[in-house]
Amino acid sequence: MSAASTRVLDTARTGRGMVWVIAVMLFLTVLATAGGIGTARATGAIGMQLGGRATVQVAAADPARRERDAGEAAAVLAGIAGVSQVRVVPRAEIARLLSPWLGGDAADVDLPIPAMVDLTVADEASVTRVRRALAAALPGARLDLHSAALAPVRRFLTVMSVLGLALVAMMVAATAFVVVLAARAGLEAHRGTIEVMHMLGATDVQVARLFQRRLSLDAALGAAVGGVAGLVAVALLGAQASALGSELLGAVTLGGLGWGVLLVLPFAFVALAAGVARRAVVRSLGQML
Amino acid sequence: MMPRALPVLDEGGRHVRWRRLQAKGCRGPVAGIVQFENVGLRYGQGEEVLRDLSFSLTAGEFYFVTGASGAGKTSLLKMLYLAQRPTRGAIHLFGTDVVTLPRARIPGFRRRIGVVFQDFRLVPHLSAADNIALPLRIAGVLEDEVRDAVSEMLAWVGLTSRAEARPPTLSGGEQQRVAIARAVIGRPEILIADEPTGNVDEAMADRLLQLFASLNGLGTTLVIATHDLQLIARVRSAQMMRIDDGRLLDPTGMLRHPPGRHL
Repeated sequence: MSAASTRVLDTARTGRGMVWVIAVMLFLTVLATAGGIGTARATGAIGMQLGGRATVQVAAADPARRERDAGEAAAVLAGIAGVSQVRVVPRAEIARLLSPWLGGDAADVDLPIPAMVDLTVADEASVTRVRRALAAALPGARLDLHSAALAPVRRFLTVMSVLGLALVAMMVAATAFVVVLAARAGLEAHRGTIEVMHMLGATDVQVARLFQRRLSLDAALGAAVGGVAGLVAVALLGAQASALGSELLGAVTLGGLGWGVLLVLPFAFVALAAGVARRAVVRSLGQML
Repeated sequence: MMPRALPVLDEGGRHVRWRRLQAKGCRGPVAGIVQFENVGLRYGQGEEVLRDLSFSLTAGEFYFVTGASGAGKTSLLKMLYLAQRPTRGAIHLFGTDVVTLPRARIPGFRRRIGVVFQDFRLVPHLSAADNIALPLRIAGVLEDEVRDAVSEMLAWVGLTSRAEARPPTLSGGEQQRVAIARAVIGRPEILIADEPTGNVDEAMADRLLQLFASLNGLGTTLVIATHDLQLIARVRSAQMMRIDDGRLLDPTGMLRHPPGRHL
């Protein structure tokens, strides 16, 4: 039908409620997608940063002995295959790390703070070799793998990523359902006009096209509002997270691909609305003569 | 006189120019344009409202359907314009069995039928001109042709000055004329009208009858349901189909076996 035929549906009879529903859905979807992508990237970044990092703690009571044992441990570790970046952590650096809990007392040399040796292990076999060597040379030394310490954090971030994706899936399903309801409500509101059009020889596809056009316009308007609001919200949240200076939150970034996905979401919503509307209308019309 | 520049729809529902068709003689009379064989209709689980209808309508003829209120006239018309399938029997339209016709093929047949509904069924938010244009726009006629045809139709039914008026602001008679203009603008092969003169004065009824007669003269088969015996009396060449309690009265067998079919 011609452009003039687009007036056949009375726009005054069906409100623009779907615009706002789509806007809210897309806003939430953008946030959920950003959260999912950000946490997934953070999980990967943490894995890359901490993968293989370990610390040996030497806890002798005598400070001089402790320093000597730490040096000996570093020498032993440096000679093990698969071990690299062995470094005795200076006392001042340990004091600085503990200062949030111990304050100025952390620098007191009489405090029995263990000495630490940082290292990087290549694989599980290297870890086993390190454990054996330490047991032989310094039975009191303890090996802490950073990956084990941060495993709960990684699990949490993984759960958050999966949850984000699940939320996106639910939003998409809910949006499709809303479009179906809007299409059915529109059909009911325009039943008289549709019957006349059918009697005048209009095909289901012609009628469906009118609804598809109308619902797509509503979806586009809602997607524009929700998309812009969502992107602004994500940008503001990102800026706030950066300002906190947290290493963990700093790892939660979107990257170019993530932003690209967020930009595509409004268009995907409009395409989803158009497709679902057409299918819903054609199916409903199929039940009429 | 009927407007001469009106587009018409071909058998697939696509429009072609009327004059070109006339010149080529493409639309000659077809005997038995409508055939009902033992047709029955019931709504839901109720009793049959129409029973054992068997008749044949000849192309280019003028038929009146009459009968008491509730006799089944409107139900018969609904089956004719494919708004209702019968519960039994066979209906052939333009030589095709329309009872088992796939739904996707129905629009093509509907475009060959013009209908004037008893309650007009105009689209309330469209102007009179847009209502009249609807069949042509559905058929994909070019806007220039639509405008010309609508102007002619508006003049034909005397509503040029009301072209932009919406149905709720039109009188009953004006709405009826818009409905008639919409029904005939596509030059249907069959025009079906349910009480088309019920809301107009005698002068307008006369005028509409002349319009119907001129359409009939151009080869359109007319089926008009009416209570108006005066209207029936004015068309001497018309045949009458009387429905009584869901049955078609055909004492001479003329409706079941039109004479023309034996020639």
